[in-house]
Amino acid sequence: MQAEAFLVSFPIYIAEEKAGQRGMLELKEYESLGAALREAVERWAGEVCLIEDDRGREKLRLTYKEFGETGRRLARGLEDSGFAAGDRAAIIMTNQSKWLISAYAIFYAGGVVVPLDYKLTPGEQLALLAHSKARVLVVEWHLWRAMTQAENLSGLDVNTVLVTDAPANADLYGARRWVEFAAAAKGEPEFRARRRADAACIIYSSGTGGRPKGCVMTHENYLEQCVALTSLYPFWPGVRYLSILPTNHAIDFMVGFIGPFTCGAAVVHLRTLRPEFVREAFPKYKITYMTLVPLVLKNLQKGLQERFDELPAGKRMAFHALRALNKLLTRRRPNVALSRRLLPQVHAAFGGELRALFVGGAFTEPATLQFFYDLGIPVANAYGLTEAGTAVSLNDFKPFRPDTVGRPLPGMEVRIVKPGPDGIGEVAVRSKTVMSHYLDDPELTAETIVDGWLMTGDLGRMDRSGHLQLFGRKKNMIVTEEGKNIYPEDIETVFEGLPVKEFCVFAANYLWPKRTMTGEQLVIVLHTEAGQAVREPLRAELAERNRRLLNYKRIHGYVVWEEDFPRTASLKIKRAVLAEQIGRRLGREAVVAL
Amino acid sequence: MRSLDQTIDEVLNLAAVHFKVARVELRPGDDFFKKLGIDSLQALELLTRLEQHFRVELPDYEVQGVSDFKTLAERIQARL
Repeated sequence: MQAEAFLVSFPIYIAEEKAGQRGMLELKEYESLGAALREAVERWAGEVCLIEDDRGREKLRLTYKEFGETGRRLARGLEDSGFAAGDRAAIIMTNQSKWLISAYAIFYAGGVVVPLDYKLTPGEQLALLAHSKARVLVVEWHLWRAMTQAENLSGLDVNTVLVTDAPANADLYGARRWVEFAAAAKGEPEFRARRRADAACIIYSSGTGGRPKGCVMTHENYLEQCVALTSLYPFWPGVRYLSILPTNHAIDFMVGFIGPFTCGAAVVHLRTLRPEFVREAFPKYKITYMTLVPLVLKNLQKGLQERFDELPAGKRMAFHALRALNKLLTRRRPNVALSRRLLPQVHAAFGGELRALFVGGAFTEPATLQFFYDLGIPVANAYGLTEAGTAVSLNDFKPFRPDTVGRPLPGMEVRIVKPGPDGIGEVAVRSKTVMSHYLDDPELTAETIVDGWLMTGDLGRMDRSGHLQLFGRKKNMIVTEEGKNIYPEDIETVFEGLPVKEFCVFAANYLWPKRTMTGEQLVIVLHTEAGQAVREPLRAELAERNRRLLNYKRIHGYVVWEEDFPRTASLKIKRAVLAEQIGRRLGREAVVAL
Repeated sequence: MRSLDQTIDEVLNLAAVHFKVARVELRPGDDFFKKLGIDSLQALELLTRLEQHFRVELPDYEVQGVSDFKTLAERIQARL
């Protein structure tokens, strides 16, 4: 399976508020994200939609009206520059107001948004830009500066580059300033209607070093996702969502943009993601919801646990008693109001208005989820992948089940393909939220969407109560605790030219299947020349090349293999066959750590 | 004004103290994730500590992708 997987934890201690009562848009009536957002801008004109903070200093606060005005000016500028309906525009930015304003402008002008990961290398960004055939690039100046130094810059073929955050007098390397571009546009833009089946975004789930996987997501995909999620988990004016996961990721795009904006809520962006500023943001902005990755959640857990351990003996006992009482009283369903009264100091640290946390990007250990639940901070498990839309299944807290990733969301069909005697098989999904196709790759699309079912490559089982449990992966990839999806093919280029006969990178759990979603590692299989031993110069070169990779992409160790790799007629490695051979004849102990 | 060597030395000293490792084990070219056994969040903690010490502000993008002490020190040096 080629899909990028991520796991999401959604809090839904069933909101007593119904979306309709709070004035959420009736998304079923809209044809496109542009149309829905345009209505939101009018309906909640006076409400705050965006707040931007930099190291504790508030830098910007925009109402929906102001957001709409700037977005329309930018849209007019794009239209004046020849941007046509259906054209693609890429965004490479950290989380900030101009990300969302740019996306609104692109949708308004009938365009397709291509969100690219700002953490990729400039070369990777340029390769994906070329693949997407974007005509416009909206990018932060420092990222653009790095891109202009990349070897493959000459392949860049966009009409307009707009930069944000450029210092005064900075060399713009041929780009135009975003602010000036928008300010110069005169008159109202034309709103270009799109249909539900038209592409809204192209999201790259992987393929930076190999075969690009551009998921073509339609307007319908997003509108249906939003309906499903907000039916369980509504936003409304006054809700403040703290956005720290990258907006280019499917989760933040939905939960940190489309979801809150179609409900009149506000999104808070931080320009630095240091833990101390994230912590300060909770009380400062009275945060209602936030999505984070398991690594950050565990860091919060560690910090809280240390504070609990430092309490004087008497207070510690009282705290334990209150926590136990909270646990008892919320065993059937969460009750945040009660928990806030029982454990006021814990909740005060989170600003006093936090209703729940989302955890996204990777598998979250049940013990961590339970830790927060016991404190009255609901964090429900869910499961999703870019290709399927934001979430496939969601824990409904009836009751809290941290050992599962919840039940399928409304409108989501989930089945287990070829289950073994233990009921475990590949998870397949069918829904209006499943992507249209992979951009320019019908072969990969056909392998991934079979008879209308998206094959996820994840192994799972449905229990009697309809909850989905996950048991590892069938596919050759790993997900780190920071929520990073890593496909071995994407990092092999770093090892090209290694003085061995041939090599191949694998997820260790793909070679030696293990029913777990945590502690995943990458290994490189080295087929050495006859008589060649892996000695120091080669080890040193491996280590040196490994260091060129970002830390989370590095391989853990190597395995020596003494036979030719099985290959196709076009000489591509038959990875699945090789993996099966290695798994059968070698054990994990064959891995030599680097 | 500190020299780059001085900055590197101070970065290594602070890292050793903050993460309780022997200073002699740290070298400028070391990968601090691996050498200190830390994750990306702990690296951010170190960054904050370094900012306080050197009285500089390093935007997140300046340190994105940096994983060795020497490059980190160079980024600090450029802002002193």
